[in-house]
Amino acid sequence: MLLIGLVLAGVAVAATFAIRAFQENLTYFITPSQVAAGQAPTRSFRLGGLVLDDSLKREPGSLTVHFVVSDLANSVPVQYTGVLPDLFKEGKGAVVRGRMGEGGEFRAEEVIAKHDENYEPPEVTDALAKAKKRTAVAE
Amino acid sequence: MIPEIGQFSLVLALCLALVQATLPLAGAATGRADWMALARPAAAGQFVFIVIAFATLEYAFLNDDFSVLFVAQHSNSALPAFYKFTAAWGGHEGSMLFWITVLAIWTLAVAAGSRSQPEEFASRVLGVLGIVSAGIIAFALFTSNPFIRLAPTPADGNDLNPLLQDPGMIIHPPTLYVGYVGMAVPFAFAVAALLTGRLDKNWAKWTRPWTVAAWIFLTCGITLGSWWSYYELGWGGWWFWDPVENSSFMPWLLATALLHSLAVTERRGIFKSWTVLLAIAAFSLSLLGTFLTRSGVLVSVHAFAADPTRGLFILGLLAAYSGGPLLLYAFRARSLEAEGGFKLVSREAFLLANNILLVIAAVTVLFGTLSPLIVDALGYGKISVGPPYFDAMFLLPMLPLAVLLGVGMHSIWRTMSGASLLQRLVWPAGIAAALGVTVPLIFYGHASLLTSVASVVGLWVCAAALLDPLRKWVLREGAPLTRAQIGMCLAHFGVGVFILGATFVSAYTVETEVSARAGEHFQVGGYDFLFRGVKPVESANFSAEEGEFEVRKGGRLVTVLASQQRVYRVQQTPTTEAAIDSRIGRDVFVALSKPVGDNAWAARIQVKPLIRFLWLGPLLMALGGIFTVLDRRYRLAIRESTVPSRSAAAPGST
Amino acid sequence: MWRYLIPLALFVVVAAFLLRGLNLHPNEVPSALIGKQIPEFALPTLADADAKIGSQDIAGKIALVNVWATWCIECRHEHGFLITLAKSGMPIYGLNLKDDRPAALGWLASLGNPYVASAFDADGTVALDWGVTAAPETFLIGRDGKVLFKHISPLTAQVWQHDFLPLIQAQCRASDAGCPRLTALAAR
Repeated sequence: MLLIGLVLAGVAVAATFAIRAFQENLTYFITPSQVAAGQAPTRSFRLGGLVLDDSLKREPGSLTVHFVVSDLANSVPVQYTGVLPDLFKEGKGAVVRGRMGEGGEFRAEEVIAKHDENYEPPEVTDALAKAKKRTAVAE
Repeated sequence: MIPEIGQFSLVLALCLALVQATLPLAGAATGRADWMALARPAAAGQFVFIVIAFATLEYAFLNDDFSVLFVAQHSNSALPAFYKFTAAWGGHEGSMLFWITVLAIWTLAVAAGSRSQPEEFASRVLGVLGIVSAGIIAFALFTSNPFIRLAPTPADGNDLNPLLQDPGMIIHPPTLYVGYVGMAVPFAFAVAALLTGRLDKNWAKWTRPWTVAAWIFLTCGITLGSWWSYYELGWGGWWFWDPVENSSFMPWLLATALLHSLAVTERRGIFKSWTVLLAIAAFSLSLLGTFLTRSGVLVSVHAFAADPTRGLFILGLLAAYSGGPLLLYAFRARSLEAEGGFKLVSREAFLLANNILLVIAAVTVLFGTLSPLIVDALGYGKISVGPPYFDAMFLLPMLPLAVLLGVGMHSIWRTMSGASLLQRLVWPAGIAAALGVTVPLIFYGHASLLTSVASVVGLWVCAAALLDPLRKWVLREGAPLTRAQIGMCLAHFGVGVFILGATFVSAYTVETEVSARAGEHFQVGGYDFLFRGVKPVESANFSAEEGEFEVRKGGRLVTVLASQQRVYRVQQTPTTEAAIDSRIGRDVFVALSKPVGDNAWAARIQVKPLIRFLWLGPLLMALGGIFTVLDRRYRLAIRESTVPSRSAAAPGST
Repeated sequence: MWRYLIPLALFVVVAAFLLRGLNLHPNEVPSALIGKQIPEFALPTLADADAKIGSQDIAGKIALVNVWATWCIECRHEHGFLITLAKSGMPIYGLNLKDDRPAALGWLASLGNPYVASAFDADGTVALDWGVTAAPETFLIGRDGKVLFKHISPLTAQVWQHDFLPLIQAQCRASDAGCPRLTALAAR
């Protein structure tokens, strides 16, 4: 009996930890249009879309860059300090993880770029498709 | 012409696989010796045709035959010959053919090594392997044919993904596949036992060496993958809890549980249900991994090109190969009743805890891997689960497991006194606790609670593993160690080494990203880095900018690290080649990135203590496995079990 | 007896989610454009940089718009079928994506040109408007200028028969204004 009780207690404790760890480390994927509609969470989240051409600006000599992520309906300016991944390029899809900062600029803690020439993260494709649908409905 | 021969060979292999999948099983059920005797020749024939098929694909690669679509997609005339060879498994279709080839090799080995087993049982094992093979070959032929032609022929190919143009390509995927696919063997043994209706100590004795062999390759494959991504991807990371990584790790966890559970079944004839279910689950997770990486349901750095049709086919195979045996289990489970009991303080109890904790670990990883899919399927949006979840959840069952491991190693079967166990272990425990707490503090001046606990646990496992070898070889007391015992000590010592590596790398790595101009100094992790600037470098299929860093400690030059930012000409993709100075105590890691204007370059500099332990540990585990497989009792088993069993044929063998 | 079915039950639950997962990222993404007018565009043609081609040239008849480039190996894979299709009477317009003009012209010269005309989309902005994510992609445009269907990955005879033809036949049943006069697909 004691053994079963201990096991159950252990399972309950483990389950609590599990659920907490899970919830704290869950990051939602948000599109620029959702950000524009005020649906961005306050905690850390992932933002995905296309990096707009000619939007990449770097303070010369520094690791800080600014660029714009868009789903072709809305755009979000992003700031990131760090080494950009090899495949990060303007005009291609990218996903950034971080929080909204003051002034509507997204402070990225991590930049995840496309994996190869012909691959686009499904979330980005989805975001683009949804944005098109929304603009079409609005017209 | 040659690729068509390859395709035709594959079709012939499928025919033989179908023969192997049906007649021996029917023969075993009805007692027809002539049908059962077809198993081995069918397996041999299948092997021959599959090797021919794979050879024709390699021929196409090595001869720059760009009229074959797969070759055009993954090769190029400027590609060094070595990579043309490895490119055969650099994409989905070719890697499926490779999967099939590896399965054929395992099947042939089982066919050759099963002569000591009762004919009825052996033909069932080969029959199940035939079913698996037939399904996968059909999958390849119908949805992933590597021999499709491209007309008109392009002048040159697309080139192999630069990330794959690395010597690691020749060993990492093959080793991993041998392990992954090898889990089909214990699976076949388990299903055959369920079909026969008899699962006993002999069965465990036959199954265990195969399981350990596959496990050895899987261990090495995962380790190579981690090491490879460390030096190839340029981020300094060694494990990302990426869905594809998890796909190989979950089978490993279950395979580890399986080989321990088999030890219990072999020795005492209990844990039968555990063993059978673990064998089925391990292979199912291998197949699940195949599904996840090729169907496009999950986003991953490693995933092949997404294709839901393929995903559906694999899901069908999964349903057949997992659902079928699980249904069979539901019907046959009652006949697997246990033969003996055990007390709370006994080897069996520790191994039961081992099973449970490893399964919990596998389940938490599975949950984390599939959650994005589940949440999306339920319509709650797109999520991703971060590494901290996996880190925390994995540690939860694993730390207790490591503690119990040290104790369990010294327990005996059926029952033993807790006091004698404690008495034996008090010294190693004490030493581990003392060193584990003080050493990090001495070297680094600070240690979190988790770091201290993990260091103690790592040292504890090492000490516990060394106890018997020390007693035997240094103190010269006690019985000689069998190979299996040496294997166990070595493998468990490897676990301790790994824990120490993981603890120190996680707690004490120093990493920084800098913007570097020629002549600038950076202080990182006790080393001084002087950036000497960048110079251009040309090679056969890429051009690069090479940045040099002089590394000094205490004024003395340690090494010069040259990292490259490469651009492969055909695909125009930039890749970072990191430069690493490795010693047993630490790695110094430098990765040059892009220019950031004003004559400066972005770079990553990292100092990672004890990182080599991360890979040394698993290698020791694999070495331990090799000792275990070579144990005399398995070779004796081959000699002694020439049981004339067909007269004592199993009841209920339909 | 029932507890022995638990492993199977767990497996069925997981498999159900996996099956659902397959349908969440289908390869044939129903493009957000389906049922809408094709996006307005005007681009230089591939053959002649001074000549222009635009959405008004495509309107008024049932046609295919095929996104292609010389850097796309898969495009070469479908090229033969496109020639066959063009020969059978189907008008195909090309959208040459982020390509090198001389290379693209050379390709068409040596491999054959199935296109009525190709638009040269040097920077890919028009392709973005069409929701193109990779090459090759093929759009089926109705005679009213609305997008009827989009197929990603190489176009094959099976896809043509299964997905494209039925839609064409449905539009052309009532009247055959703007309908292509299709002969049987010639064997290559």
